[in-house]
Amino acid sequence: MINFRLEERENKSLRRQIISPFLAVFVALIISSLFILLAGVSPIDSFKELFIGSFGSRNAIAETLSRATPMILTGLAASIAFKARFWNIGAEGQLYAGALAVTFFGTGLVELPSFIMIPFLFLVGALAGGLLLLPLVLLKNYYKVDEVVTTLLTNFIVVLLVSYLLEGPWKDPMSLGWPQGASVIDQGVLPQILSRTRLHLGFIFSIFFAILIWIIISKHLIGYQIKAVGFNPSAANHSGVPVLKTIFIVALLSGGMAGMAGVTETAGLKGYLTLDLSPGFGYAGIAVAMLAALHPLGVIASGIFLASIYVGADAMSRSMNVPTYLADVIVAITVLCVLVSLIINQYKFRFLEQNK
Amino acid sequence: MNPLLKVQSISKSFGDLAANSEISFEVNKGEVLAILGENGAGKTTLMNILFGHYMPDNGQIYFKNNPIKFGNTRHTISLGVGMVHQHFTLADNLSVLENIIIGQKSLFSFSLSKKTALDKLNSLIEKFSLPIDPDAMVSDLSVSQKQRLEILKTLYKDCELLILDEPTAALTPQETEGLFKTIKNMVNQGLSVILISHKLNEVLSVSDRIIVLRNGKKVGEKKTANADYKSIASMIVGKEISYPKKIKSKPNREVLRLEMVSYKSDHDLDVKINNLNLKLYGGEIIGIAGVAGNGQQSLAKLLTGHLKPTEGKIFINQNEVIDSSPKNFMNQKVAYIPEDRNKDGLVGDMSIWENIIMTETDSIKIFNQLGFINSKNSHDQALSICKTNDVRLQKIDQPARLLSGGNVQKLLIGKWLYRKPQIIIACQPTRGLDEGAIAAVHRMILDARKDGNGVIIIGEDLDELLSLSDKICVMYNGHLSKPLDTLKTDKLTIGMLMSGKGF
Repeated sequence: MINFRLEERENKSLRRQIISPFLAVFVALIISSLFILLAGVSPIDSFKELFIGSFGSRNAIAETLSRATPMILTGLAASIAFKARFWNIGAEGQLYAGALAVTFFGTGLVELPSFIMIPFLFLVGALAGGLLLLPLVLLKNYYKVDEVVTTLLTNFIVVLLVSYLLEGPWKDPMSLGWPQGASVIDQGVLPQILSRTRLHLGFIFSIFFAILIWIIISKHLIGYQIKAVGFNPSAANHSGVPVLKTIFIVALLSGGMAGMAGVTETAGLKGYLTLDLSPGFGYAGIAVAMLAALHPLGVIASGIFLASIYVGADAMSRSMNVPTYLADVIVAITVLCVLVSLIINQYKFRFLEQNK
Repeated sequence: MNPLLKVQSISKSFGDLAANSEISFEVNKGEVLAILGENGAGKTTLMNILFGHYMPDNGQIYFKNNPIKFGNTRHTISLGVGMVHQHFTLADNLSVLENIIIGQKSLFSFSLSKKTALDKLNSLIEKFSLPIDPDAMVSDLSVSQKQRLEILKTLYKDCELLILDEPTAALTPQETEGLFKTIKNMVNQGLSVILISHKLNEVLSVSDRIIVLRNGKKVGEKKTANADYKSIASMIVGKEISYPKKIKSKPNREVLRLEMVSYKSDHDLDVKINNLNLKLYGGEIIGIAGVAGNGQQSLAKLLTGHLKPTEGKIFINQNEVIDSSPKNFMNQKVAYIPEDRNKDGLVGDMSIWENIIMTETDSIKIFNQLGFINSKNSHDQALSICKTNDVRLQKIDQPARLLSGGNVQKLLIGKWLYRKPQIIIACQPTRGLDEGAIAAVHRMILDARKDGNGVIIIGEDLDELLSLSDKICVMYNGHLSKPLDTLKTDKLTIGMLMSGKGF
């Protein structure tokens, strides 16, 4: 038997911290190729197709980036919340809450010039996502109800609410019977930023918010208090940090980011609310955040990377005739490998001599 | 005669830090060996090596002439070494007897032969006079009873060498006496004991031999009979310790007053408080003595805004406190040194400077009008606080958890003193610290008193309370005794009050 133990590293070199995620991704691809082999095709050809599908053309790149947009936002939602050790698993529900807000305000109720209308929709979307979390914070604070459970279950409530509204009162009469909401008015639609592609202004917004969150986390009092509360709420409280208020801010920021992912999808990609608006972007956000080790700027890279796998896997499955589910397998393996690499960054393995 | 335990030039490094270098010593049968040293001197590392938690880089350990297999706790235990950790490892929801037999049997054996276990336990209780009820639930036991159970657990596994890590940290003076009787009893029956402790007085009274570690090296070894307090203390620190002198101070004006303060709650962690009256003047130190768990925690929380009194009034500088929040008490110039400095005082995963500015969120110098951190000012302020208070560090950016206990405490007190408080509430401010750090903390507190602060020290170490305080009150079951003038009272009187006589 191999006998080893983990010992904490004293010096955490920057070089190792930068190299290790790439190494982890590389290992993940090697492990993934075993599954591709199981599907009976060549892994190298498959990865080539995957790469061409996600970055091989102007249109492919635009697809990848527009897919990355909501994932960056939900990734930010997860990374802020997780930094404060507030386990918000409810980004999916908050995303739909944001989409509901866009449909409510953006389909004719409010008409403003475009340069105000778009920020307005982002604001109401963010508020809807953030406010959805606030009662859950109160439940956690006063009744010690675990937020993992409440945020997760809220997802189902919101998704079912969307389903009710789209099948009933909010159903667009022009939709030929499909359960979808009315179209967002022209002033509210996020303009294309690359002609003849689906890439829209939402992508710029997501980058902007990643940078904004990074500044808040690393340079601002709010981020400082979020970190203190996350690492040790009791000590933060003893030093006068308002713990409950900080968690409220975290909830507003985190839910807000997820709500804005709903805005980009409703007002940007589709133009109206549908039941399949999000193929699990809320949950993918957790993977994005973990892959980025919760760093807001890292979220940009990891969001684009995971989006490229999903987009590329579509192309791969078409040309290689393998299931698209391989994308989920690759993403899952990648996240696991990155988590292992984080442990290796923190600890070193020490092998023991065999005991006789 | 062959020694029972023979440690031969054990070395262990963590990166550049040599936690143990070339440490050798022996333990004979029927002997109490005390290992002394500051925090970070290498005591814990050494015991972790002996007990199989770490691998040494070098060296060998023999127990009854058998080499110990490193990294194998089970083997060490089977040879006959037992250890009682500072933090107990008991299952609260099981009985005493069940805790003894836990882990003794394979998971797949069907019968737990309680009968034979009970017989063996009873004979051990008899032999070492360690009375305990085998059927009692562990959650109902007091701290000293739990410790007794831990000792019985090791004896049950036929241990011949017992390692006690800071065994008296949570005991009352009477319980400590009881433990020492047990130790002497065990030694008389042929067992050997390694005692790891900070408390020099206790070590001098119970051990046969003392070895001192400093910076990972063995720096001295003495027969206890030939040792005295001062020489051992300077051996531990590596230089003469200068103890601060208490000079006369004149209490001036009242800074804090409690009027019939009560606290009741269904929450079982906070002991209730009944009708407390207390006056604290600037320039005076009041010590609050008492056995742990008689309401001291609740009192500290009431005095710092972490609990709101259910009845009664608190006055700071003659103004009644309406808003009971930690922040409001901070703004009223109350400083709080909590008992558990790692849990309540320090955010270990943040850097030293980030910890220091945590109480400064209102300072324009540190956080500008828009709330952005001024990195340069923060670093400068943190460095100057560390320098003033002799906090020893490598880098101001290092995670705070890498600091030793004494440095953590100096940092915490230093950052609160920087706010120029008027009232200081300090809970067990020197618990677990070494002599050098204790002297430093005492000096900080006495200096604060000289500067006109009113100080309340809540503590269990009577020697410390008597040497620092101007007045002493005793807490018992949520009640507070009348203040006693420290110069006119003694340990005996206070001990009586601590056990509830006179309330």
